[in-house]
Amino acid sequence: MDLFEIIFYFFAAIVLVSALVVVLSKNIMYSAFSLLFTFFGVAGLFVLLNADFVGITQIMVYVGGILVLIIFGVMITTKVTGVDIKEGISGKLQYAGAGIITLLTAIFLSLMFINGKWITGSSTDVHATIHQIGTLLMTKYILAFEAAAILLLIAFIGAALIGRRKA
Amino acid sequence: MNDLLLTIIEVLIKGMVLVTFILLGAAVQVYLERKISAFIQGRIGPNRAGPFGLLQPFADVIKLFMKEDIFPKLAFKRFHQFAPVISMGIAIVVYAVIPFADPVKITMADGTVKEIVMGVAPNLNIGILFILAMTSVGVYGLTLAGWSSNSKYSLLGGLRSAAQMISYELSMGLAIIGVLMICGSFSLSDIVTHQKGWFWHWNIFAQPLAFIIFMVSSFAEMNRTPFDLPEAEPELVGGYNTEYSGMKFGMFFLAEYSNMATGSILLILLFFGGWHLPFPQEWLGLQTGSIALGIVQLAVFLFKLLAVIFFIIWVRWTVPRFRYDQLMHMGWRMLLPLALLNIAVTGIILFII
Repeated sequence: MDLFEIIFYFFAAIVLVSALVVVLSKNIMYSAFSLLFTFFGVAGLFVLLNADFVGITQIMVYVGGILVLIIFGVMITTKVTGVDIKEGISGKLQYAGAGIITLLTAIFLSLMFINGKWITGSSTDVHATIHQIGTLLMTKYILAFEAAAILLLIAFIGAALIGRRKA
Repeated sequence: MNDLLLTIIEVLIKGMVLVTFILLGAAVQVYLERKISAFIQGRIGPNRAGPFGLLQPFADVIKLFMKEDIFPKLAFKRFHQFAPVISMGIAIVVYAVIPFADPVKITMADGTVKEIVMGVAPNLNIGILFILAMTSVGVYGLTLAGWSSNSKYSLLGGLRSAAQMISYELSMGLAIIGVLMICGSFSLSDIVTHQKGWFWHWNIFAQPLAFIIFMVSSFAEMNRTPFDLPEAEPELVGGYNTEYSGMKFGMFFLAEYSNMATGSILLILLFFGGWHLPFPQEWLGLQTGSIALGIVQLAVFLFKLLAVIFFIIWVRWTVPRFRYDQLMHMGWRMLLPLALLNIAVTGIILFII
């Protein structure tokens, strides 16, 4: 087992353990906080695969944006308004539903893993990815880029509209 | 494997030196803050511990260590203990990508020339993005501290800090984009190298608007007056750190001063030519890569750093605090559109040239 594998399993363990805590913890604050470590572990895996830009974007978007929103929601609903968030599972039906969805996702992921055309390269040629990503976004994937921009604009206008409404 | 081991040892040594300097730097900043504030208010300031009160910050730290660590009965224990660790850890991690001078070439015993970079990982391609990402993680320390203390003042301070930091992160990131467009790189070393030569090559002359936006936003990110609403004493007792005592409070304190140094360093690297003299450094007659040049560059860097820190402290004791709605108004309605305008104008000018 060389160093690369040791680091890989280290980050993989962080992701798995913290993801389990997210699902299994009874305290919703622990769940939300554990998600922080999951995101960091995934970012570490990206960096290990030479995708430094994707890794840092993962931290910026998920840790710096989305998770702050989640933790805010959890903090304010439980402490300021005094409403308790229901934690845990309260019926047999939920078990069945969760089981079926998990099974389907597992089958889907396994099929993708087996049938996918994986591009393999040597792990030694490290070079900056930002320039290539920028060039590709502006040429080959310009349509997807513009679609994402329009989606963001719509969200922006919606947020401004809701924010300006007098209660 | 031997190379790898050497790299690990090199990084460890550099890391330890850096952490020592960060902590000592916080002590220097505390001393400067107290002396300058005393000067501005017509007082004498600390003058008992050591000559000119130079040992005062160390006395402060010893006092903090000796204090009883009071723990609120109704607080959330784990988060309450973990919050200062996040704040402090993030404040230090940022230094990993900061370059302090050009690489120095050292001739080894067996005649091979080894290039030593001045910093832990200064040539990282995404250095500036790393710093932005880490500052956005820094929000968690303050928010969790405020929430877990189970006190109204702390909670309000934590919420304020989170809202403020998220809002100003945007204009800070957008202001940096103008600089990145001119320099064509995310690496902090490349950005500094781009500004070498005469002082009018510094980015502050190419990007004056971005400089002002970045400076104002970094004041807000550092939670310094006029934007220190998370710890506004008249309204919130102490803000997010109200319920902390002893060295846990000390860690927030250290993190704050460490962040102040980071903000100043970024300002220097991005806008004031980093470690470059205001005139071409070839005039000194020193060889590139020599140790002497490295020392000169470090001295220039330190001088600029002290000047910026002096400016920040000066502002704190001169300008009154903003009101909360004024802060949000300024962040979203003034700085953000101005930063967007700056990007558009920079793009058009770069396209024409």
